[in-house]
This record gives sequence, structure tokens and C-alpha cells, in this order.
Amino acid sequence: MGKVIVVTSGKGGVGKTTSTAALGAALAQNGAKVVVVDFDVGLRNLDLVMGAERRVVYDLVNVIQGEAKLTQALIRDKRVETLFLLPASQTRDKDNLTPEGVEKVITALKNAFDWVICDSPAGIERGATLAMRHADVAIVVTNPEVSSVRDSDRIIGLLDSKTLKAENGETMEKHLLLTRYDSARAERGDMLKVDDVLEILSIPLLGIIPESMDVLRASNVGSPVTLADGRSAPAIAYFEAARRLNGEALPVVIPGDKRGLFGKIFGRRAA
Amino acid sequence: MNLLRMFSRQQSGAAARERLQVLLAHDRASTGDSELVTKLRDEILRAISKHMEVDADKVSVKLERGIPVSTLFVDVEIPHDAERKAA
Repeated sequence: MGKVIVVTSGKGGVGKTTSTAALGAALAQNGAKVVVVDFDVGLRNLDLVMGAERRVVYDLVNVIQGEAKLTQALIRDKRVETLFLLPASQTRDKDNLTPEGVEKVITALKNAFDWVICDSPAGIERGATLAMRHADVAIVVTNPEVSSVRDSDRIIGLLDSKTLKAENGETMEKHLLLTRYDSARAERGDMLKVDDVLEILSIPLLGIIPESMDVLRASNVGSPVTLADGRSAPAIAYFEAARRLNGEALPVVIPGDKRGLFGKIFGRRAA
Repeated sequence: MNLLRMFSRQQSGAAARERLQVLLAHDRASTGDSELVTKLRDEILRAISKHMEVDADKVSVKLERGIPVSTLFVDVEIPHDAERKAA
């Protein structure tokens, strides 16, 4: 039985889709069977970031409405053979997502894959609440910036109240993924510090992804950043985050941190 | 000139943290009653009206959010002859 992850944030443009693609590819490159699911019905983009936009025939809504079989809608990645994409519909609207339909699809995917990664739409409406509903683990994507942190706080509240786990009295496992981290701005003191964000949101840190041209370049060519250039700084950060998802206790290094070797060895550890 | 500005400018990251801490404390608490200040204003006005005549427009109630405490400002304008009239 696979694990269901929701990648969510409340605010748009913080890096949910980029992170879904990068983490999905990173996990699959290590041999796990991974499916990334786009929940942004009407505004799909995961297909574009994954470079599969020309291969979409059927989508999540088709499967829910019974117009296509799940196996027909799944698109296998051309680079990593254990990586699959279930695209969202571009033409229908999000009312076509029914709670029962979503549950059926997620259950089927859980039985076939090791990881089911759901890319949530921005906002706190139907699409977002259905994307998080069946999750075992939540990745809250946050930029070190006031509006993103506030929206993440709101999303954490929803994860703790509107999900199946919460309704069954269990606690949702939540991780913070801090993206678009700019070490030059941090050094000038013009950015929220990592510790500030951690203290305010009080969920454990999964990783810090540096702001980088490599992320834009990867999306331009339709490749998850972990596949486009595995040795770039953001790719390394995503690979490490993927290992932490697998339960490894890797310490998190703040990008551009000027601590010496000693500081790095005894640096912060992922909670 | 630029150098001076660079040294005198406060680091904005710290301001962001402080504003967020106050804001979120209230975001988390205020999911229930968004009409609190209006209700307080009505009840305060009613309580005062029992003892003296006040103009409803001259009662202002404001809530200033802070950490660790918020402050409720109640400002009531009482005309000079109000006490005599009520008595």
C-alpha cells in the first residue's frame, strides 16, 4: 500500500507544481513507483512542467466520470520508467471532482504505486480540500515572505480539521518545504529567517530550496529540476528532501550559509 | 548618501516576523466571532445608557491587536448635562 502525499500551500506561485515534479522524479529515480496527480482542474500545469503536455489524452475528470479507465489516463514518463502522471482536465471545471470519485481514484493509485503525490491547486476551495482529503502526509510549500507564511498557517489549520485523518482523530504528518530561499537577501536581513518561519508555523522542516535560475530553465524545457540537472543546487536540495521523506535523518543545510565544516556537521537536523 | 541609507535602514526581516506573530495569533483565535467589537459596542452603550444619556454616535470601541495582550479602547463622549437629565 503506497503513501499519499499532498503538496499544498494556500498561496499561488510558491512552487507547488515545481516541487511535486521535482520530488516525484527524485523518488522515482531511486526506483520507487511514483505517480504525480494534478488536482488543478481548469488550470493544469503539471503536464507542462513534466514535459508531457503533448501526450495528454484522458485526465482525472474523465476517470472520475467513468469516461476513461485509470490505466488509459496515466502517462508514463519518457526518462524515468517508474514515474507516471495523472493530468487534470483543462476544459472542465472543478465541480466535476466529487469526493466519492476522488476517493476511488486515490484508492486505486495507492494499490498500484509506492507514492501518490497530489499537486493541490492554490486557494482553500473544493480543489484544494479534495487534494488534501486522503493524504497520509502533507508537504506545505512556503516562501520566506509574509503572505505565504500566513496562507500556510491557514492551510495547516485545514489539514488538521478537514482531512480524513483529522476526522478520524489521527494527526496528519506535516512537513515544511521552504522554497525560493534567497541567501543574499537573508544575509542582508531582508528576509524572514528559516528559524522564524519554523517557529511561527511549528512543523518540521523537509528542506530548503534555493531561488535559482535552474528551476526556471528546467520548466522551460519541460523537465523536473531533479532530472534536468541533477547537480544543480535546487536539484540537490530536492534529492535530499526526498531522502528525508523516506525517513532518513539528513541534516538540513541553509543555502549559502557561511558556517564552517564544524558548523555543518553539528548543524540543524531535520525534525 | 547611499552608504548612509544602507546603515540607517532597519532590517525588514525582523519586522516581517513581528507582524506575522501578532497577525497569526489573531487569525488562529478569531475563527469564531468576527462581530465581537460590534457586539461589545452595543452592550457597552446599553450599560452606560442605564445611568446617563449618551449619543450612540459618540461611543467608539476599538480593538488594537498585540502580543501578549490586545487593548480594547472605549471612548465615550458625555455631554455636561447628561448626568442631570438621566437622574
